[in-house]
Amino acid sequence: MHLDHSLPLPAPAVGADAHRPGGARRALRVGLGGPVGSGKTATVAALCRVLRDELSLAVVTNDIYTREDAEFLLREAVLPPERITAVETGACPHTAIRDDISANLEAVEDLEDAVGPLDLVLVESGGDNLTATFSRGLVDAQIFVIDVAGGDDIPRKGGPGVTTADLLVVNKTDLAPYVGSDLARMAADAKAARAELPVVLQSLRSEEGVRDVADWIRARVAAWTA
Amino acid sequence: MSRAALLVLADGRFPAGGHAHSGGAEEAVRTGRITDAASLESFCRGRLHTAGLVAAALAAAAALGCDPAALDAAADARTPSPALRTAARRLGRQLMRAARATWPGLELDAVAREFPRGVHQPVVLGLAARAAGLGAADAAHCAVYESVGGPATATVRLLSLDPFDATAVLARLAPEMDRTADTAVSAAHRVRKGGPDELPAASAPLLEIGAEAHAARPVRLFAS
Ligand SMILES: Nc1nc2c(ncn2[C@@H]2O[C@H](COP(=O)(O)OP(=O)(O)OP(=O)(O)O)[C@@H](O)[C@H]2O)c(=O)[nH]1
Ligand SMILES: [Mg+2]
Repeated sequence: MHLDHSLPLPAPAVGADAHRPGGARRALRVGLGGPVGSGKTATVAALCRVLRDELSLAVVTNDIYTREDAEFLLREAVLPPERITAVETGACPHTAIRDDISANLEAVEDLEDAVGPLDLVLVESGGDNLTATFSRGLVDAQIFVIDVAGGDDIPRKGGPGVTTADLLVVNKTDLAPYVGSDLARMAADAKAARAELPVVLQSLRSEEGVRDVADWIRARVAAWTA
Repeated sequence: MSRAALLVLADGRFPAGGHAHSGGAEEAVRTGRITDAASLESFCRGRLHTAGLVAAALAAAAALGCDPAALDAAADARTPSPALRTAARRLGRQLMRAARATWPGLELDAVAREFPRGVHQPVVLGLAARAAGLGAADAAHCAVYESVGGPATATVRLLSLDPFDATAVLARLAPEMDRTADTAVSAAHRVRKGGPDELPAASAPLLEIGAEAHAARPVRLFAS
């Protein structure tokens, strides 16, 4: 039997498929979620600046009712404009990353078609609540970003984002003295809630900036392409 | 024919991208044409008998096995607004993905291969119904229900309308939905012999104009 390979195959129907229509491995997809204003876009921007010379990457933003996140990234010129796409979410950011991922899958695939091959696609969720997590059909790994100013009891309160994300980032540690947040307690509560899963405390205003998160991503990309 | 399969396809939670679209309700709210349950009902009634009827006939014809490419072209001809054509193809592509994952089959694969950028959503809806073992009337009912269910859900979010009132609007429209679906199925049977010109061409100019205005707005909650 001879199989006819001359027909182009349609894109695989299932989003989690690890391969492109041509058979090549697709990009690693990492989701960034977390409450409004915790620093998701700032983290994405910092990651782009650190990683863009070593990886081929692109970004999908999920803005709730504007294109501000995409426009911020464009203004900051962290990536060429054709590598940044905004998805509209119809007032329900968690639906677009968890229950009905169609528009995001399409955005990710269109980016790979247009500017690929890509090593990494970052998908930023619109700011949401502590239960918002990404579907495994959309991303391969997820980062949950909270900040010290949102209250130092958030790691203790837990919720799916805090307890199950592949990486928990506690951002804006520089603000801890001003808002009376106890960093040691946040770190201990996070560890208790997450067992072996990693936690990074960072300040994007500090010298180290996004370094630890970038290292974590490098390791994920290395494992993905291995 | 499985009644349960129809419920799966018609469920508002079927993951095919519809939740990000308001069916023109956002623009109607913004311009003061939908302000309460009564005006939501008028809006939905208008949409049902125009865009809803056309969508249902397209879906029914596709479910009967009419040529998707010809139906897609007919849908284009019945959709003056470029923004609406883009939205319909995008939703069609998203529904295609969901349908192929849900009811895998060669026919859907072939259309996905032929139209990588998507065909109009109602055409895919008809093909999905076929793949699910459903008939033309099922496809038409899905389409008419979607044509009013989308705006009703969106209005609950946009106006903080009482969700019971919005659902009651849908219930009151149910007899009209049934009649519209019947009309659409009859047209679809004529399409089999007479071609796509037999499809209804009812249109609502304000929906088309509103869609263009909406697409140009820098701040909006819904994609269309
Ligand atoms: N002091 C301080 N400010 C930060 C830090 N990271 C981000 N910010 C600021 O926090 C504000 C919100 O950051 P964004 O990155 O827009 O937050 P976001 O999570 O993307 O917000 P939404 O997308 O609206 O949910 C901005 O003014 C950032 O400059 C940090 O580490 N320290
Ligand atoms: Mg943001």
